Amino acid sequence: MTAKLPPGLQLEKEDDKIMTLNVGPQHPGSGHMRLIIKVDGDFIVSCDPDPGYVHRGEEKMAEYRNYITNIPHLERPVIHDSCNILYPYVLGVEELLGLEVPERAKYIRVIAAELNRIVYTLYWLGIYGIFLGHSTMFMWPMGDRELAIDLLEKLTGARVTHSYFVPGGIRNDAPANFEDVCIRQVNYLEKRLRTYGDIFYDNPILIARTENTGILTREDAIRLGTTGTVLRASGVDFDIRTKEPYDVYDELDVHTNVLKNGDSYDRSKTPWLDMLESCNIIRQALEKMPKSGSVRVKLKPNPKGGDDEVYKRVESGRGSLGTYIVSRSKPEPYRLKMSVGSFRNLICLPYLLKGEKLGNMPAVYWSLNYWPVEADR
Amino acid sequence: MSDTDSRKQEETETKLVVEKQDDLPKFEKEQSNKITEKFGSKTEIAFVKPDRVRVNVKKEDILEVASFIRDELHYDHAESVTGIDFPTDKEIEVVYHLGSYTDPKLGRQVLSLATRAPREDVPNPGNDSTRLPSLRDIFYSVEFHERECFEMLGVFFEGHPDNRRLLLPEDWADLPPLRKDFKIKGR
Repeated sequence: MTAKLPPGLQLEKEDDKIMTLNVGPQHPGSGHMRLIIKVDGDFIVSCDPDPGYVHRGEEKMAEYRNYITNIPHLERPVIHDSCNILYPYVLGVEELLGLEVPERAKYIRVIAAELNRIVYTLYWLGIYGIFLGHSTMFMWPMGDRELAIDLLEKLTGARVTHSYFVPGGIRNDAPANFEDVCIRQVNYLEKRLRTYGDIFYDNPILIARTENTGILTREDAIRLGTTGTVLRASGVDFDIRTKEPYDVYDELDVHTNVLKNGDSYDRSKTPWLDMLESCNIIRQALEKMPKSGSVRVKLKPNPKGGDDEVYKRVESGRGSLGTYIVSRSKPEPYRLKMSVGSFRNLICLPYLLKGEKLGNMPAVYWSLNYWPVEADR
Repeated sequence: MSDTDSRKQEETETKLVVEKQDDLPKFEKEQSNKITEKFGSKTEIAFVKPDRVRVNVKKEDILEVASFIRDELHYDHAESVTGIDFPTDKEIEVVYHLGSYTDPKLGRQVLSLATRAPREDVPNPGNDSTRLPSLRDIFYSVEFHERECFEMLGVFFEGHPDNRRLLLPEDWADLPPLRKDFKIKGR
């Protein structure tokens, strides 16, 4: 190991015009991460993302706990999208143990995952709004988010950290009046979401700040291996829910939202379109769901997988979320790896920011739908 | 939940279903056949499951096989790069999960490309024999994943332009944390 200064602390020698700025890790505009940005006047010359301030070793912890006790801590990286981050893990363990999930549980899982996508995306949208100085867009999503949170609380008993999905189904059945309340709240929520189009997405100030900034071309999006809303905003039609349907997504009509410009505006609009699609999916699932039946198969105590490995992926609020479990006939996984959307999208930040104005940095950075805690795991 | 319900649930307790698949999935089998035809004994097909194929290669051949997978089988990006420590084999395995956005036929497929690097008991990351060729020139998207693998398991990727720490603190002076001999305190 050389005794070089850490990146970001070097002195600029080649040219006095270039200044190094540390954005974060405490800056409210960066979340718990640091961006080392070099600027020439108002223009960004280079950007070096430095995540890791909230790394807590989820993958290491998972090697010490069995398949059931792993559930609560694995959802911590994104507590406001906790159903989706547990989804691939649960699917993987089910394949390892050879469990058959009851039909009703599959539908309730889809409903919970879509509600959670709305909860996550509204939180992200609120932060995006306040970054661009649009305080109404902070207040409205935070208020409307409560509708979905209340539904999840009714379903799971917890407002954010649900721990609701378990290998073999879900932890408990939905309460008796859930369907009626759910359809009423989702219909109202959709009406509210549509008003965001007028106040935010058609707003000339937002368009002026985000259109044609941070353009990611289709070829670059593929080459850099981006995922989720970033990929779809660049014109690539790829959504795990339609490409590799899990649980009952193949029985539902899922529309994939694809925009083609790949600028910050399209990247900020795709999650909103996804939320409207989520309302659609929830309504379909509520209609097709079996009205009664078992929701969980009973596991043996301390279940063991064989000498096998499994890679499962789902579409989370931030894109494809893969979990790779290597089992060696023990109650604990031998190795567990989470490949998360935030970490995969991070690589395109230096490309997007190069040549941008410094003032556009927050607009580009948050349009990546990035959640620092998830990227660090 | 009433008593009868919970009793019913206990009755539906599932057993381990071990299914041996005799006729392997056709499309995946074609994929793996293309690789074995081209490389023969250099590659070993570890398994062919629905939508998942795993190929093991030696580290000398990985660049060649990866280029073939990109150019001929049209996989275009890496979903994840996982390092796994096997202290008993004295080896560290690195698994690349590859997917495709451009070829609609491969939408469901994930191809795992695995290779192994020698492991040293007293690691000196970057300066010991735990080295692998980097796939960054073939799959650009592995850049950050390989950086993570370097710091977490001490596998140095030769040809990677930016082998710096990513998630760990700059002054981390312990073993690479995802090695099995790094123990969490109190466990």
